[in-house]
Amino acid sequence: MTETSIPAPRRGVPIWVQIIIWVFLVGLLAIVAMGLQRAQQGTVQPGQVIDNFTLSLFSGYEMDGKSEIHLEDLRGKVVVINFWASWCKPCEQEAAELQQAWTEYEPTGQVLFLGVDYVDTEPEARVYLKKFGITYPNGPDLATRISQYFRIKGVPETYFVDQDGVLQYVQVGPFTSIDQIRAQIDPLIK
Amino acid sequence: MNKPRRLQITNYRAASHWGKLLLALLTAFAFIFPIQTALAQGPTPTDDEVNRIAKQLYCPVCESTPLDVCPTEACRQWRDLIRTMLAEGKSEEEIQQYFVAQYGARVLAEPPNRLATYLVPAVAILLGAFLLFRGFQMWMKPVTADEDETEQTAKPAQDPYVARLEEELKKQK
Repeated sequence: MTETSIPAPRRGVPIWVQIIIWVFLVGLLAIVAMGLQRAQQGTVQPGQVIDNFTLSLFSGYEMDGKSEIHLEDLRGKVVVINFWASWCKPCEQEAAELQQAWTEYEPTGQVLFLGVDYVDTEPEARVYLKKFGITYPNGPDLATRISQYFRIKGVPETYFVDQDGVLQYVQVGPFTSIDQIRAQIDPLIK
Repeated sequence: MNKPRRLQITNYRAASHWGKLLLALLTAFAFIFPIQTALAQGPTPTDDEVNRIAKQLYCPVCESTPLDVCPTEACRQWRDLIRTMLAEGKSEEEIQQYFVAQYGARVLAEPPNRLATYLVPAVAILLGAFLLFRGFQMWMKPVTADEDETEQTAKPAQDPYVARLEEELKKQK
């Protein structure tokens, strides 16, 4: 005689607990997915209207006596935004070309160059600016807000924004000649 | 003849007097200025003092490497800046605040000491533990006979086809 003991039936997990667990899991997956998507997104893409940002300028590198630049105030001008750093060796390759281009376009009043100093120290940045004779407005990327908005992958990177505030071209890495810079600016000047 | 000589002697004495005064002032300045500069700058901070602050910071360029051991040029510049600020008499907190203002809170090894930083994870863990506990508790609890019967009797009422089928089966028996 063998007695088979039948286990007492168990309750299932209550539906409200199941719902909360699933909501939590789906939320967690959504956060991970968003992070992955952002990591693979790359820089902001041409065609996108660039939101307003404020760049505080180093003393001696102000624009018309102003120590801050708001991008929205520059509508009507082609804006060349160059991310650089004093510790960045490839940045040195293009520094002279950028300054030369600025010297060419500054008198037209239609183009503005902005240097955004990424994760740098001010004393070293000043040495760099002086070394390459850079005169266009330059300032630090405070709290890396601007570089985070542009989702830069490194330095140097240069963004060409047209008169309507629309991003037209992204140069990742240094320019090798001034003609490369001209080739991007000239079609944007109306 | 004597007057000019006396005058010369007097002038010499006067010049000597002013010269001594000037020399004394210069000597005083020579001693005071370096001392004042040294007091303003303080002694040169040691590597250990710099690294004590540096290891609490992460450069955004080298995200997973603490600043005190990071070999890049950018990090070397940051350490130099910490040294300069320490020499200027800045406190550890002031230096951290400067770096946060310049490069954002993500440079900190530990998140800023805000209530939400610790409260949100704690609440999430407690809520999760409570849900798991309640879930397992209800899952493991045996169903009582009354409830089982209720479920058994309730089922046919829910499905008329099943009820009819069971009725037919009973008739055949």
